[in-house]
Amino acid sequence: MIERECDVLVVGAGGAGMRAAIAAAEAGCSTVVVTKSLLGKAHTVMAEGGIAAGIGNVDSVDSWEVHFADTMLGGHVINNWRMVELYAHEVIDRVYELERWGGLFDRTPDGRIMQRAFGAHSWRRLAHVGDRTGLELIRTCQDRLVHTAGAEVLMECTLVRLLLSGDAVGGAIGYDRNSGELVLIRAAAVVMASGGWGRMYRHTSNSWEGTGDGAAMAYEAGAELQDMEFVQFHPTGMVWPPGARGILVTEGVRGEGGILRNSEGERFMERYDPVKKDLSSRDVVARSIYKEVQAGRGSPHGGAFLDIATRLPAAEIHRKLPSMYEQFHSLAGVDITREPMEVYPTIHYTMGGLRVDAETAATTVPGLYAAGECAAGLHGANRLGGNSLGDILVFGRRAGEAAAEHARSRPSKPAPSGAQLRELEALIVEPLAGGGDTVDNPYTLHRDLQEAMQDDAGIGRSEESLTRALGAIGELRERAARVRVAGGRVLNPGWHACWDARFMLTISEAIVRSALERRESRGSQWRFDFPDEEDHWSRINLVAVRRGGEMRVEERPVPLMPDEAVRRLQQSRFFPTAVIPAHYARVIGGEAASPEAHA
Amino acid sequence: MAAEAPPAVARPHREGLGTWGRLRRATPWWAQPLTVVAALAAFTGYSIWTSFFGPGPNHVAEAGPYLSPFFSPLWWKTGPVTPALWVLWSPLGFRATCYYYRKAYYRSFFWDPPACAVGEIRRRYRGETRLPLVLNNLHRFFWYPAVIVVVFLWIEAFETFDDRGHLYLGLGTLFLLLNAVLLSAYTFGCHAFRHLAGGGLDCYSCVRGGKSRFRLWRGVSVLNANHPMWAWVSMFSVVWAEVYVRLVQAGMPDPHLRF
Amino acid sequence: MTDGQLTGRTLTLRIFRGLPEGEQSYATYAVPEVVGMVVLDAVHFVQRNLDTDLACRWNCKAAKCGSCGAEVNGRPALMCKTRVDTLSDGPITVQPMRSFPLIKDLVTDVSRNYEINRQIPQFTAAPDDGSPWRIDQMDIDRLYEFRRCIECFLCQDVCHVNRSHALAPQFFGPRFFVRVAGLEMHPKDILDRRELVREEGGLGLCNITKCCTEVCPEHIHITDNAIIPLKERVADEHWDPLRRLARRLRGGPGTRGGEAAPAGALGGPGDGGEGGGGAGAA
Repeated sequence: MIERECDVLVVGAGGAGMRAAIAAAEAGCSTVVVTKSLLGKAHTVMAEGGIAAGIGNVDSVDSWEVHFADTMLGGHVINNWRMVELYAHEVIDRVYELERWGGLFDRTPDGRIMQRAFGAHSWRRLAHVGDRTGLELIRTCQDRLVHTAGAEVLMECTLVRLLLSGDAVGGAIGYDRNSGELVLIRAAAVVMASGGWGRMYRHTSNSWEGTGDGAAMAYEAGAELQDMEFVQFHPTGMVWPPGARGILVTEGVRGEGGILRNSEGERFMERYDPVKKDLSSRDVVARSIYKEVQAGRGSPHGGAFLDIATRLPAAEIHRKLPSMYEQFHSLAGVDITREPMEVYPTIHYTMGGLRVDAETAATTVPGLYAAGECAAGLHGANRLGGNSLGDILVFGRRAGEAAAEHARSRPSKPAPSGAQLRELEALIVEPLAGGGDTVDNPYTLHRDLQEAMQDDAGIGRSEESLTRALGAIGELRERAARVRVAGGRVLNPGWHACWDARFMLTISEAIVRSALERRESRGSQWRFDFPDEEDHWSRINLVAVRRGGEMRVEERPVPLMPDEAVRRLQQSRFFPTAVIPAHYARVIGGEAASPEAHA
Repeated sequence: MAAEAPPAVARPHREGLGTWGRLRRATPWWAQPLTVVAALAAFTGYSIWTSFFGPGPNHVAEAGPYLSPFFSPLWWKTGPVTPALWVLWSPLGFRATCYYYRKAYYRSFFWDPPACAVGEIRRRYRGETRLPLVLNNLHRFFWYPAVIVVVFLWIEAFETFDDRGHLYLGLGTLFLLLNAVLLSAYTFGCHAFRHLAGGGLDCYSCVRGGKSRFRLWRGVSVLNANHPMWAWVSMFSVVWAEVYVRLVQAGMPDPHLRF
Repeated sequence: MTDGQLTGRTLTLRIFRGLPEGEQSYATYAVPEVVGMVVLDAVHFVQRNLDTDLACRWNCKAAKCGSCGAEVNGRPALMCKTRVDTLSDGPITVQPMRSFPLIKDLVTDVSRNYEINRQIPQFTAAPDDGSPWRIDQMDIDRLYEFRRCIECFLCQDVCHVNRSHALAPQFFGPRFFVRVAGLEMHPKDILDRRELVREEGGLGLCNITKCCTEVCPEHIHITDNAIIPLKERVADEHWDPLRRLARRLRGGPGTRGGEAAPAGALGGPGDGGEGGGGAGAA
């Protein structure tokens, strides 16, 4: 058994996990980071566009206030406004901090950090380095982390259960993926930074890791899962060849001037969003592509054309979008400097996650903190591009510091009893008991879950489809309990896949139940049977909680913005076209929601 | 699942020498090293012959307005030894320590490695950390004289235009000029020069003249990207210019115009 | 996958199976080829349909994370980027990276690489160099290439110093020469890692035979743009007698790299790399 005792345990080594670990270790806490894969491979590397920060280097009118307004409006105002405020404020310092740690950014002619346009951001705001900003971020944090005293990284370990002492968290238990040994980590505080859960969908930009382990574990420990119905479809994923389906095509392509066309050559975004056009928010663009394809105006492989070739000279494309060029060239045999790309929405990000306190990132379970994609609140019903890399830095740091503070004030790390350990170990190796299953395996289980979620809880949903999905999840849960795999404990991917499936089922249930409950369309939640955004729902966040072993969906009030923050919304360029709920419109003044008032 | 004969346990996944070639090239893996060995051996052999055994006074290859690049600059025509000795050490040393030729001969002569991801025969290997190979780190000290030689080659080439007051345009001039061009491309695309030109700076905007250094470095980098190509073509052009002068020396007419 | 996406061809995959101790063999699998299939797709097909126990390491499947390095037909490559229709006919052999200790099947223990990174002092700016910085694009242009590295470690795998001579303990390897080059050339970094990379890093063991450059999936010119410039910088600091003399005459810091750092902090760390003295000799 691999055993560690530490002050702070960080689950996940993406940007949020690493930033939290650095913060905790620098605060003097012994810190253990656990990651399912190798260090530096986390999903953060897939982020391409940049970090949104209202520095105003390119458009000097930009500020953190406008960034705040854009983010609130992009999230359809059900965001935790205080989180957004902290975020828009602090992300600027986090960008400069990254630079001081050796991170590179493209520069303006006068040597400042360059910023690019992105969907639904009022101004050019994304600090970036070519189209691989996420890689830059993760490599910079990684280097900082391995040189930070007091931090240890356990690579390729899966955690399965959080340890509780009383109602507080006291560490976690899991297994080493390579050796199959039990891993027990006793910690005074735990930071959940385990990322999102795109793998339960068929067309996803997520790696195998995106199975929602951390959120599911925290849910089982009593934490609340908020806004789970909001799953972001990135409008542009690869369509062809089949093996590459779902791989992300950065929004930077449109940020640099790329446009979407249908099979008739029409630039259809002008029709759906005459103001923001191709740089509309992701939910709108994704739905528009979906509608074009449904209307029979799709590309040969069932997507839309994304054209950069006629918009930028080839040399510029090579310089600004090198990895996109490489990706299409090597995987699809398409030269994007000459031909359009074919794209279709792909699952990309999860706005929902653990309900946290804005200032400390504390969840509802004492000692448990959450940051990054597995936390909810910052992005509301729809995330703007460029807000995730900032999110992980701002709240990663906050979570790490708060966890360190907690560990100092409540340093107890009770050890589980021998009986408890034996019970947990039996649970962990359960899928290996009794040899292989002849009829079922975790991969077919996974595939069936993906079919159910993609078809019935995908980009558009209805009561009927969601009910069907819920039924499918129930059946899959029974199969998951029975499924057994061949082989031993040493690096057995079949065994690992069984655990992935269990976590994904928990999360899928939360998505479907929340989506059923929210009887409106808002942001990424598109209900065919309730196509409008309802004022009533703008005051409600839904949470999935465990009550007596069953999942229940409950309502929580959306924290109300103070008047000052409401007025700030008007600073967004897109305020005139935004839907402002009545209780906020009143603050701004009767007709504030209409374009005239803004002018 | 059909199990094949298990390979040796100690080196569980050792592959044959040829597997790399199957994927990458139509030619067998040894074709490239063998070509390099043959070409370099021929070059060395010819250099020795022309310097020490070539016809003419004190072995100098000189004919009409032409002087062979092997003997340029020709400062001491007479003397106890062939004048090539005063020149030859520099281009030979420059090439012997050149980063590209090092790759070529490590692969072809030393088989360290003969090709990528194939097995190696030699057991003891210290890279460039011991004598004599450690001297390769002083490549730049061969670059300096190599520049002088190139300057003289340009001078010699231009001097052939002047045939006792008349403008002389011979075929040999063309070869000498071509040789000067190719050798310049090779010499000024050198990795050591790339470093001296500006590669060694960390911050161009922080030093005086940094911007020019940056531009120079970028220019050198363009040449440097094709360094292997320049290395080969300039080697052939040197030999060809030399052979041509020898042929004229032996009585072959040099097609020319004279004004 | 629908039938319409099948090419009709059946691939033969020979995949290495086994643990460090015990039985090791090549297992042969028949895999139906799908349009645009990459080797990782084929391995996943085996894992999902024929052998759930087959171990391989992967993450993004988009050539961005560098997890799925293996040797395909003897060539170190990313499985997610190697299209099967670019391989020659006949069985496709997939083996783990040979220069790293085997864990199981296609997975090897690459943890040594993370230990090497720990030995390289991190990026360090002058403490009094206040943010926000002004940096000229021209000063960081060449660093982009180094920062593109996805740490697939194929260069570490193919390098004959690791692969054939077992000198790994004395050798940082191509990936970390790229790392050091990126730090050394950074306009804001004030440390000097030249002596480190020569002494502990074994830069001299590299004989610039360029296999690392050939396998790099990110097309980083590892040898020409990272290793050779480092060798030249080390020559400045360690091998070049003229530079030594010049330093002594100027009364600058000693010849050891670590001590040179404070001096570099003022005029930019490029101080030692200036070419003036040497070029003058020509």
